[in-house]
Amino acid sequence: MNIGKQFKDGLVSQNPVLVQLLGMCSTMAITTTLFNGIGMGISVLVILTCSNVVIAALRKVIPQKIRIAAYVVVIAGFVTMVDLLIQAFVPELSKSLGVFIPLIVVNCIILGRAEAFASKNTVPAAAIDGIAQGIGYTIVLVVICIIRELLGSGTFGAGIFGVNGGGIRIIAEGYPALFLILPFGGFLTLGCLIAFMQWTANRSADKARKESEAAK
Amino acid sequence: MIARILSISLGAILVENFILVKFLGICPFLGVSKKTDTAVGMGFAVIFVMGMASVFCWLVNYLLLVPLKLQYMQTVAYILVIAALVQFVEMFLQKTMPTLYQALGIYLPLITTNCAVLGVALLNTQYNYGLIESLVYGVMGGVGFTVAIFLFASVRERLEFADLPKAFEGFPIALVSAGLIALAFMGFSGLKIW
Repeated sequence: MNIGKQFKDGLVSQNPVLVQLLGMCSTMAITTTLFNGIGMGISVLVILTCSNVVIAALRKVIPQKIRIAAYVVVIAGFVTMVDLLIQAFVPELSKSLGVFIPLIVVNCIILGRAEAFASKNTVPAAAIDGIAQGIGYTIVLVVICIIRELLGSGTFGAGIFGVNGGGIRIIAEGYPALFLILPFGGFLTLGCLIAFMQWTANRSADKARKESEAAK
Repeated sequence: MIARILSISLGAILVENFILVKFLGICPFLGVSKKTDTAVGMGFAVIFVMGMASVFCWLVNYLLLVPLKLQYMQTVAYILVIAALVQFVEMFLQKTMPTLYQALGIYLPLITTNCAVLGVALLNTQYNYGLIESLVYGVMGGVGFTVAIFLFASVRERLEFADLPKAFEGFPIALVSAGLIALAFMGFSGLKIW
């Protein structure tokens, strides 16, 4: 078991959103404030870790043919628990995320990790994979949220800091580019982030090639 | 009643388009939109399953979960209904309409994890729609999906010949062009007349 490599995979080289391109719906839909992003990220992190652990523990019991259905039931159970907990303790979050909390059931990241990792590995490895991939997802959400909230509504951390949860105002009212809060902004921001990721990957590949040529 | 159906349809196709405004069903939207004919095939499969899922989830909710006071099991029940439905539709089509089955082919099993299908069932419950309204919302939501994926696939076919910066090749440019289509659909938000 290689914890360092698993974390590096989850955060950078196999990042669920930017590299594996999973879980796009929630990534674009709810990333309008930092509050939403952190709430969604932590919910997915908890559900992913729990379902990874249960699926890894049951991997020898679940018959091959009905495995997808079994995974979906496990995931749906944890999603229901998290949904009810959020409704009880953080009702504002439940209101602003709305239908996207129950929709974590069909978030491809969770089913994808269950199929690709948890069904083939031991319980501790699956738990670490869940935490690493969940943190990778949360970081991407938070970055997109900060960009969209800052440029789109001119605030930072609405719902968390500031007077009446209004957030810290950084750009004066009337100046922010409102379209970044609209659906268009979600597509644009994520597109640019993935392009940035590809640019860095291309650049380091170029560098490595030049170095190997120079070594010859 | 007709005005109500009309306003639901208009809302589901244009004003609150499932993909471009509500962000539901992005995965198949990006995954199966490289060619227009496969995109349309996927679109029809989604219309069919979304309509069926709306009706069956409504029945399960109001005939089973509400009388037994088990509404908190909604998510689990709906996803099971949808998975079973997709499986059943697949077997039924294979037996009775092999040509249609072959046309839809691999797209049918993919639909189980399409968030637009689970999303429409959950939204029907949230909006307290009746059986007919649910059916209309489901089918028209699917039509909205088809319109969006068809437009997007046509754009993407042209993109293959475009000269792009290397970093934007593939997914990033697809997302940016989807964003531009979404921006165009914003123009329909003025249609909220009913």
